[in-house]
Amino acid sequence: MELDFGPAVRDFRDEVRDWLADHLVGEFAEHRGVGGPTDGAAWEVRLAWDRELSAGGWLGVGWPEEYGGRGLGLLEEIVFEYEYARVNAPYRATVNALDLLGPMLLKMGSEAQKKRFLPPILAVEELWGQGFSEPGAGSDLASVRTRAERDGDEWVVSGQKVWTSFGIHADWVYVLTRTDPQSARHKGLSMLLVPTDQPGVEIRPIRNLAGQDEFAEIFLSDARTGADMVVGEVGQGWRTAMATLGIERGTTLLPQQLTFEREAEALIDLARERGALDDPMLRRRIVDAWISVRIMRTTNLRTIAELTAGRTAGAQATTAKLYASTRHQQLGRLATELAGPAGQIVGEDYALDRRQRSFLLALAETIYGGSSEIQRNIIGEQVLGLPKEPRP
Amino acid sequence: MDLTFSEEQDELRKVVRSFLAKHSDEAAVRRLAADPQGHDPVVWRRMAGELGLQGLAVPEEYGGSGFGYVDLGIVFEEAGRALLGGPYFATVALAAEALLRCADEQARHELLPGIASGETVATLALTEDVGRWDEQGIGLTAVRDETGAWQLTGVKTYVPDGHLADLLLVAARTPSGISLLAVETARTPGLTRTPLPTLDQTRKQARIEFRDTPARLLGPEGTAWPALARTLATAAVLLSAEQVGGAAAALDAAVEYAKIREQYGRPIGSFQGIKHKCADMLMDIESARSAAYGGLWALDAGDETEIAIAAALAQAFCSEAFTKVAADNIQVHGGIGFTWEHPAHLYLKRAKSSEVLLGTPSYHRELLAARLGI
Ligand SMILES: Cc1cc2nc3c(=O)[nH]c(=O)nc-3n(C[C@H](O)[C@H](O)[C@H](O)COP(=O)(O)OP(=O)(O)OC[C@H]3O[C@@H](n4cnc5c(N)ncnc54)[C@H](O)[C@@H]3O)c2cc1C
Repeated sequence: MELDFGPAVRDFRDEVRDWLADHLVGEFAEHRGVGGPTDGAAWEVRLAWDRELSAGGWLGVGWPEEYGGRGLGLLEEIVFEYEYARVNAPYRATVNALDLLGPMLLKMGSEAQKKRFLPPILAVEELWGQGFSEPGAGSDLASVRTRAERDGDEWVVSGQKVWTSFGIHADWVYVLTRTDPQSARHKGLSMLLVPTDQPGVEIRPIRNLAGQDEFAEIFLSDARTGADMVVGEVGQGWRTAMATLGIERGTTLLPQQLTFEREAEALIDLARERGALDDPMLRRRIVDAWISVRIMRTTNLRTIAELTAGRTAGAQATTAKLYASTRHQQLGRLATELAGPAGQIVGEDYALDRRQRSFLLALAETIYGGSSEIQRNIIGEQVLGLPKEPRP
Repeated sequence: MDLTFSEEQDELRKVVRSFLAKHSDEAAVRRLAADPQGHDPVVWRRMAGELGLQGLAVPEEYGGSGFGYVDLGIVFEEAGRALLGGPYFATVALAAEALLRCADEQARHELLPGIASGETVATLALTEDVGRWDEQGIGLTAVRDETGAWQLTGVKTYVPDGHLADLLLVAARTPSGISLLAVETARTPGLTRTPLPTLDQTRKQARIEFRDTPARLLGPEGTAWPALARTLATAAVLLSAEQVGGAAAALDAAVEYAKIREQYGRPIGSFQGIKHKCADMLMDIESARSAAYGGLWALDAGDETEIAIAAALAQAFCSEAFTKVAADNIQVHGGIGFTWEHPAHLYLKRAKSSEVLLGTPSYHRELLAARLGI
């Protein structure tokens, strides 16, 4: 099914297509489909590709022009993402800053912060990490203990953050801190922007189950940042964090889901090759895998259609992550099963092929950005209005 | 791309919902369920006269109001929510569609206005004792007598609302293949109609015996199968919308109960065992919605390949989603959910019957696989 977003954006779509056709060549083309929200494969090539995109004016399509964006609308952003995913371009290395920090600053940052940070993001000059989670605060972010104190015109930050995606590459981290030591839970938190290139910051890679070293733990000991590096109000960091998580849970799905569709197609090819389509049990699971990627697509299109029509997105916008992440794992399980014993052999130095990588990395999709259990709490409490869990 | 609803469509939903809240509340649903006819002619006439629901998607030239399938899908979703009893599905999703698809302009002009105005209750008689929805399942024969008139002999069964339909559209085998014939039950001899006691009392079925029954051939002889397959695809999508509505009502009931029922000094909805079940129900429903709406949009876009795919997908998915959600609703209600008095079982039974009304989920998966070349 070819998507058509109407005459208003047809010229724009053609412009995107032409540009991608001209520029997604050579090394970039060889890295089609490489990378993911937590997959750091071929980092340098992808970074170069992001710079290519930047030079073409394709980063920040929807950001205001004064900060280096294109100032276009939501529809254009979606068209760009769709065309981008359609040609299976490499997963953008700067996605953290582009999809999370940037929108957060646009929404809640000061004018000076926007001017200072947004252009370098679009120029691929500064990479960002998200420092929310801590060893003692994962799902329960309100219990963060990393603390920050004012010292003259600076903040002094100490604590430990963990699971920071692409943390080893980060030039800056946006950190949820406790600025009021007397405060409890979500009161007294503040969101700080902290440079990593200083003595008080140590970043250690954490090896994930796929053998990659992309995410990191970050140790902050009297790390310093300017007093003007608070996003939103001091003490209102919870609001800022929640707004960011709202963005996180919403945006990454569309391009990701086109990847899932490709995996489903590959799965069917593999099954055909293996003669697995003759097995009624496998056939059923294969058809179900196809059904689930088609449903993900329609669900996203519903949300996009509502947003572009100026409506509030319906409940499907909240259930989509739970559905996509759980179904993607089923797809991965089936694919590895179909691949059989040969699919269990990896390359030198635990080099994984695309199927193996996707299968393993999908295990994170039900954990990050709010685990499936937390998603169910959110759906139950915020969408269905069920009573909250008693909390101490 | 129009993948969201317009304000007019929101308004249509509101109007239909409030009409059904009045005329198909639990008491009315139970009354029709207990009544062997299962049909309230007064409500039926008001549906046609006040809201034009029977002719909503019938083109204006045939007496309808020419709206699209997305609009019609809204009505079916609301009908499913309200467990509307009576022959709406049989008349609108099956019979009107079969007429619209058959190659017989004259029949359309003669028969559709009666459906649109609410005068005619109609149905499609396709399945037989073997219970198959494909071409091979059709064994009833039509032959031509000396005068050239057609006659039917054989049995159709599991015919939705076949016991009361004024007009039967019958799929039959003739020497040259599958044909579609019309029988007006009031004036036609050689018909025996027996209501079947159904597990789901909210949707009635009948067994119909034809003995040299005179019938009118619609369109050229032996060419009806593609039109019938397309009719079944449309009906599959509309049934999916109905299933989504039924599932949504079951979830609403579960959530409402989970908020007020207390155990261990807390509302049960504050326990994750229940909360997460409800969240999963919503996820299933929203996914089913995508499946059903995808089908409705495909119908309005008119791309035949896409319609065939979307219809099979919608039935495969929405059938199971409704059954699962309806069963979870009973679970959330505990003991009270297991009683005859509580409406939870009505939804479960509707879910089970609609799961097989147009073929099982497995059958639709196979259709989908075939259409995708898997
Ligand atoms: C690949 C990857 C990348 C990540 N990237 C980042 C990043 O860039 N920045 C960042 O800050 N964080 C990041 N995270 C962290 C992620 O947000 C957390 O892992 C996640 O929020 C879960 O927290 P946790 O790991 O502490 O697990 P816990 O919160 O300890 O959860 C353990 C288990 O308990 C369940 N659980 C917890 N609370 C409840 C509850 N109330 N009800 C029911 N079940 C519950 C969880 O669902 C889970 O199954 C990343 C994680 C992964 C895996």
